Amino acid sequence: MQTFPLFGAKATIRGMRDLIAEALKGHNADYIEAHFEESQATSITYRGERLEEISRARNCGGNIRALVQGSWGFVSFSRLDGLRDKVALAVEEAKLAGREPFNLFPTKPVVDTVVSQLKRDATTIPLATKKELLDNYNDIMLSSPKVQSSRINYRDGRRQRTFANSEGSYIEQAKTDLALRLTAIAREDSEVQQAGLSLGSNGEFSAVEGLHEQAREIARRAAALLSAPQVKGGEYTVILDPILAGTFAHEAFGHLSESDHVYQNEDLRRIMVLGKGFGGKHLNIVDNPTISNLRGSYKYDDEGTSAKKTYLIREGVLEGRLHSRETAAKMAETATGNARAINHLFPPIVRMSNTFIEPGSVSFEEMLGDVEEGVYVKNWYGGTTSLEMFTFSAGEACMIRRGKLAELLRPVVLTGNVFTTLHNIDAIGTDLEMNQGGGCGKAGQAPLPVSTGSPHIRIRHCVVGGR
Amino acid sequence: MIQFEASELKQVQTKESSSTALRIFKEGRIGFATASGGGDVEALVDMAVETSQFGGPASFQFPSCQDYSEVCTFSPEPEKMAMETMVEIGKELIAKVKGHTPDILCDVQITKGTSSVSLINSQGDEGGYDKSFFGLSLEGILVRDTDMLWVEDSESSCRSDLVRVHELADRVIWQLEMAKEKAAVSTKLLPVIFTPIGVASALLSPLVLAFNGKSVLEGTSPLEDKLGKQVFDKKLSLWDDATIAYGVGSYPFDDEGVSSQRLPLVANGVVTNFLYDLQTAALAGKKSTGNGRRTGGGSPSPAISSLVVEKGEVSFQEMVKDMKEGLIVEEVIGAEQGNILGGDFGGNILLGYKVENGEIVGRVKDTMIAGNVYQVLGELRGIGQAARWVGGILQTPPLYCSDVSITTKGN
Repeated sequence: MQTFPLFGAKATIRGMRDLIAEALKGHNADYIEAHFEESQATSITYRGERLEEISRARNCGGNIRALVQGSWGFVSFSRLDGLRDKVALAVEEAKLAGREPFNLFPTKPVVDTVVSQLKRDATTIPLATKKELLDNYNDIMLSSPKVQSSRINYRDGRRQRTFANSEGSYIEQAKTDLALRLTAIAREDSEVQQAGLSLGSNGEFSAVEGLHEQAREIARRAAALLSAPQVKGGEYTVILDPILAGTFAHEAFGHLSESDHVYQNEDLRRIMVLGKGFGGKHLNIVDNPTISNLRGSYKYDDEGTSAKKTYLIREGVLEGRLHSRETAAKMAETATGNARAINHLFPPIVRMSNTFIEPGSVSFEEMLGDVEEGVYVKNWYGGTTSLEMFTFSAGEACMIRRGKLAELLRPVVLTGNVFTTLHNIDAIGTDLEMNQGGGCGKAGQAPLPVSTGSPHIRIRHCVVGGR
Repeated sequence: MIQFEASELKQVQTKESSSTALRIFKEGRIGFATASGGGDVEALVDMAVETSQFGGPASFQFPSCQDYSEVCTFSPEPEKMAMETMVEIGKELIAKVKGHTPDILCDVQITKGTSSVSLINSQGDEGGYDKSFFGLSLEGILVRDTDMLWVEDSESSCRSDLVRVHELADRVIWQLEMAKEKAAVSTKLLPVIFTPIGVASALLSPLVLAFNGKSVLEGTSPLEDKLGKQVFDKKLSLWDDATIAYGVGSYPFDDEGVSSQRLPLVANGVVTNFLYDLQTAALAGKKSTGNGRRTGGGSPSPAISSLVVEKGEVSFQEMVKDMKEGLIVEEVIGAEQGNILGGDFGGNILLGYKVENGEIVGRVKDTMIAGNVYQVLGELRGIGQAARWVGGILQTPPLYCSDVSITTKGN
């Protein structure tokens, strides 16, 4: 019986290639692919003064996906023994269904090895260094006035993936990831408020260093929220900072551009017609996994398709959408390299990578100057969408009165219809910033490393929730 | 797992995985590591030892040998069910819903599974149990121009015969029927009936957080100093119950080897208990309540098993009849994004209906709800007489609340 570790000294690359090629041969299927994965992760959690958990994990496993007569069979496993039987099971499963047969969007078979190149790889930094740094941030937050507690969630990890398919592709990719969230919780009597900061990187440790001033600032903000008023609910002109605007681009439009929502839905296809106007001429929204060194960056997706930059909206007009090989084939469009799986337990589905609004020409001061009464919303707290409707919440907010930033508000929740809201964007700033915090969830696969970004944007007539 | 997408069978999946978690005390500190994929025990021990140099102090003892009560978590039926039968169930469900609304696109999942848990510690405790699972879920989308209507519901149990296809279909059809017309609502305070799904999607998270022994210990739970005090409406009783026969959240012992129990959290509005694991209980000077669970794959931490809200005396129809103007809330998106530590909830009403003069008149859109669970549950207009399971972890009747803030476009 052969067991993992797959990528240890025992298994040479040539050996793996042959083993997989052998197992994929001679089945009665239209297409078969195999994923193998070895990963490790470190996670450190603080809750107030207490270091709540410090843990390490190693995982390995793989899966087989088979396409027969238009339907998929999928088998995931943690042991490699009996690989041929697993392939046979996936083929059997696929035969159960029998949909309209189709050909996957054709891609050239690729043989490649992708290594991650980092100056200071977080996964190789000693635990003691990580802990000392986080201790510092925690002390800063907890020694701040009115701060009752804190949360720190640190996580780094590395995935070594192997992909092979029946068309002859064989790709090995290594990817590291790093995420940190700091939260300060202030309390006065029965009033509890919190403020936080989320960031991350492609595994470069420097991204989480030197945050002492930011830690002080979120502690101050949590305390200030205790005495801040709640916004009066209603329709406002809102200005979104780059972090929140990036979340908006991801949540409100990015998910709508995922073709697996669209390809079998005739009605949605009628809405998402390429060439249709979705906003002003100043509006450009892009998904681009090929930018180097962001959390959502990669060279090949989990179907072995080369990553590429895709304009979702160009000059206000719907220009493209995100595809897997299946959705591209069914919509007679081009595969964009956006089929991603969070790990070997799941099949790849259409996902975003680095999604952002491109810069425009309006300065923040000009944007602010025109607003008689409005709300300036900053920082991401969360966001979710039902395609048409979106809801996202700001970590920070303040009123805008007569063109100037005014009183601090309790965190607010914004909601709206994406189609109306995109048209209501009337100013796009010059100051594009990418945000590396947070992760994306879809179909039970979360958190997938992605990044989002935008300059400041202004939206007219946005519903802001309050009490 | 059988997956239908856009009403067609798309994918059949089989998943097999195993993982081992190791928690150690070394020189008074806790170390923790996990590994999946079998194999290397030495690497697992090394990782646990490495983390123990920096781990928190071990304030508790592992439980010693004990007799666990019998909790039914396994039935052989799900495993025996043929994939073909599962496909038929999916087709039947979709056919019934499409029979009502032909244009709806349904994503349906039919899942069966078995798992086996073993636990052993250096105090001599040893235990194990098997668990089976059967689940059925439907998500439907109906698009008209740029208007989208989402409906969804699910059923799950350790026993396949307790998962009822037709009841699920009937509930989805009811949602479609109620959402047929659109209704206008304006920005104001309105009475709201939260359906069982509505309770789960809007009110559950702040409560789960507040009853977590960890929030209580660190002083961030608004219930910190409320033990034995009246916080909620007298009609409200709530408990955590890991012993419910064939409940998806049931277990004979938790992930630390502590016996499970039925734990009252709220009795007639009075706060009676919080949820503890071993470490939190030790720090707080309490006993573990058998709620130490490795929910996120990390080390054990206090978490609910199944929550049960006691049934009341009012029928759903009576609640609706009672409303001159109000809302029925089925599903809220983004409800967990506000200050949930403080009890706030708020978000977009993905599915909700307007009530006028005791009649449901249609679906509301572009509407937000915002409130605080302590206000909303502090005084209830009524609790429904019929309860149901939502997501396998909450059993609740509908809750009828006063004066919830509703915000909509155009003020």
